[in-house]
Amino acid sequence: MVLNEPTLDGLSCSFDIAEVRHDFPILNSKVNGKPLVYLDNASTTQKPSAVLNVLDHHYTNENANIHRGVHDLSQKATIAYEKARDRVGRFLNTAESDEIVFVRGTTEAINLVAQSFGRQQIVEGDEIIISQMEHHSNIVPWQVLCKEKKAVLRIIPINSSGELLFDDYVNLLNSNTKIVSISHASNVLGTINPIREITSRAHAVGAVVVIDGAQGVPHLEVDVSSIDCDFYTFSGHKFFAPTGIGVLYGKKNLLEDMPPWETGGSMITKVSLEEGTTYASVPTKFEAGTPSIAGAISLAAAIDYVENLGLDVIEKHERDLLNYGEQLLSEIPGLHVFGQAKEKVGVISFALESIHPHDIGTILDTEGIAIRAGHHCAQPLMDFYKVPAMARASIAFYNSHVEMELLASSIEKVRRVFN
Amino acid sequence: MSELRELYQEIILDHNKNPRNFGPLASANLSREGYNPLCGDHLHVHLEICDGRLKAINFEGSGCAISKASASLMTSALKGKSIEEAVNIFTDFHSMVTADVSVPVDEKKLGKMAIFAGVREFPMRVKCCTLAWHAVNSALTDKDNVVSTE
Repeated sequence: MVLNEPTLDGLSCSFDIAEVRHDFPILNSKVNGKPLVYLDNASTTQKPSAVLNVLDHHYTNENANIHRGVHDLSQKATIAYEKARDRVGRFLNTAESDEIVFVRGTTEAINLVAQSFGRQQIVEGDEIIISQMEHHSNIVPWQVLCKEKKAVLRIIPINSSGELLFDDYVNLLNSNTKIVSISHASNVLGTINPIREITSRAHAVGAVVVIDGAQGVPHLEVDVSSIDCDFYTFSGHKFFAPTGIGVLYGKKNLLEDMPPWETGGSMITKVSLEEGTTYASVPTKFEAGTPSIAGAISLAAAIDYVENLGLDVIEKHERDLLNYGEQLLSEIPGLHVFGQAKEKVGVISFALESIHPHDIGTILDTEGIAIRAGHHCAQPLMDFYKVPAMARASIAFYNSHVEMELLASSIEKVRRVFN
Repeated sequence: MSELRELYQEIILDHNKNPRNFGPLASANLSREGYNPLCGDHLHVHLEICDGRLKAINFEGSGCAISKASASLMTSALKGKSIEEAVNIFTDFHSMVTADVSVPVDEKKLGKMAIFAGVREFPMRVKCCTLAWHAVNSALTDKDNVVSTE
């Protein structure tokens, strides 16, 4: 199926879904005898051959540790790793590629900010703002910090559609507000938060802004210079790259003033048992030990792949899929979609009558359809909607309209089993 | 689909919809909580133990069809049993659902509970069907207060 889409300049660009799916070998597999319909992309995404080949090439031809050896392989690996940093920097439009710190994932990135910047800057009585819709990884690090420093954690409420109450946010801001940490997009509701406005309001009271971009980068064009956020984080594995690699972007002046977090090899300039240790400059200061070299290189390959497809084309295709999926699901009696924000990425969390999400998940699995059932690491959000769990179908650009139809018809099967 | 039918049998769907011995138990002298943080299944079991026997047993809470039906059938299976008998039934049930699918099910010994053999095809769901059982076993063998199948 080729979807022809008019572009702003009047030309048409095409997105060949069959060709795109062909790039992802796993999408050709069968689950329980049925073709795989992978709709758990907010948990982790599948990897294109372009990424798998780079991973294979690295381990087959260039594997060595970086920043150490003078030998040829080490130099090759070092160059490839640092080129990957440049690539990520260009992708996020950073002022300098040194503002990119490689970490394990979004969780580690937020913990790094909380433990390094947070522990250095936060004092008793300071306030940190998060929202009701955050993933546990953007809640717990701040709870721990607030407890240690006797600071106060403030929560931006949401409405039943799953949108932040912006006026309430503005009212929470005051001269004690030191950090505002918000998801770019919700992993449960799909809500795209107005991070530009959130950032400018926070800056007006002198607070620093951290964006959890785990669900932003896979779906939206991200320009950190234009957003003007102080930190932006994302995970490689939710962006078509392997697990174990993630990114922390931080403004250089902030990163430079922050103390190291993990310590050990690589992150030093000089270690002396008599004179003590001096640390390496940014970003190496935050990359103790051997990093995920292959992960970083593969992440750069994933970025190349996605940019080659075209972020605008991807956004348009995903928006069409989301609208189509939500329309099909809204026709199913007894089905309720949580998260009906005006601006959404491709996440559909739903309830079906009183059928438990785990039963929905198991029955869909027998149809080859992978969705997530559970609290999605967002228990405060489950509390808000007064449900123990939700079923969630989450979209990537390789999903098709046919898959949305299979999802809907299989949900009908769930209803038939239970009625 | 045949495995699915085996999992969601009529009797399981019925006990999910109309759970037996469901709700608080005023006469209870022992209660335990069972919680699976992964899926949000959250049950309480209430026992009235009198002269070493389970005179009454109720459960309440929310969970998936498998966990609710299993809890419901469990209460029917354990009511009136001695503590020792109840612990043995737990052991038999637990062994059945955690055994390899190739192991034949002793229907004579397990009675109605044998219908949960189908869960062996769905390893992720074993925790669901053992949640209430673990809670009761912990109450009877005096382990920690909150039981988690995680």
